Amino acid sequence: MAQAEAHIEGQQHPIGIYFKIWGLLFVLSTLSYLVDYYNFEGYLRWSLILIFMLLKAGLIIAVFMHMMWERVALMCAILLPPVFIGVFIFLMTHEAGYTFSTRGMFFALGS
Amino acid sequence: MSDASTGAAVARPEGLKGVVADWSSDQRAFKGVPWGKAMMWIFLVSDTFIFSIFLLSYMTVRMSTTVAWPNPSEVFALSFGGEPIPLILIAIMTFILISSSGTMAMAVRFGYLRDRKTSALLMLATAAFGASFVGMQAFEWTKLIEEGVRPWFNPMGAAQFGSTFFMITGFHGLHVSIGVIFLIIIARKTWRGDYEKQRAGFFTSRKGNYEAVEIMGLYWHFVDLVWVFIFAFFYLW
Repeated sequence: MAQAEAHIEGQQHPIGIYFKIWGLLFVLSTLSYLVDYYNFEGYLRWSLILIFMLLKAGLIIAVFMHMMWERVALMCAILLPPVFIGVFIFLMTHEAGYTFSTRGMFFALGS
Repeated sequence: MSDASTGAAVARPEGLKGVVADWSSDQRAFKGVPWGKAMMWIFLVSDTFIFSIFLLSYMTVRMSTTVAWPNPSEVFALSFGGEPIPLILIAIMTFILISSSGTMAMAVRFGYLRDRKTSALLMLATAAFGASFVGMQAFEWTKLIEEGVRPWFNPMGAAQFGSTFFMITGFHGLHVSIGVIFLIIIARKTWRGDYEKQRAGFFTSRKGNYEAVEIMGLYWHFVDLVWVFIFAFFYLW
């Protein structure tokens, strides 16, 4: 890849791949909409939402933003820092659970 | 990529060895990535954190409230004469934003092929999709405000629904609006041939270089990307 694109610093790919990804994103969006339309509940709903969301995000980053054709140095610099958001999610779920339990203790539930 | 002094192509190691080699090369770390594109990527990482913090605070208040959360499926339902269809407006907005991402990706491609007119027209199509997205969002805001939803109050249940709704969609809508303006500017420059004639202006100094279109594209795809997360966490969850 490095040699092939040595003459220009840019991304050139056949147009077909964009149409394919466009179609795939449409399919995935329809599927995630159907999750709501058919009223799936509980863990099935949440896991389906997350799966479709991650697939869509991955396709957009990899193909539309050309990340899959970049060098690993850029992939690491851009994609690794957001992983730390996971730590924040972990902290805040526990914080929120604690707040909820104290609210339940001091106010009547549902007030 | 090429050697700065000779212009000859230099083979660089791939994979993890490539990461070490690139970062320790005593040159720019991102080989084959113009500085403008690298800076846009870094800006997008910082923007990722901003939107993550919004979504995280939304998660926190939704998990910790003792008041019932309104069902977004019903709140954003729309009726076209008959039975209300759940979440239909948001679904349409999602498809519009994905389509705008498709046209943008092709605009980037035609830009690098130096097909100025096609690239500019595709960018204008992207801007039109973006503008209609913002229009629908304005409609949605109007509908909710008329129903009495405020950033501090919500007649359907938890007040935090109003706060996070206006905060998250408002910030995203602002991003889309800025993107539309940015798109129109870049489309005009492309159409007029600024990048061919090296006309005075930002990013136009290198002849026949259309990386500005790709940088624009990165921003636009990011706006679409953020919507994927908002759609999943705020509207579907």
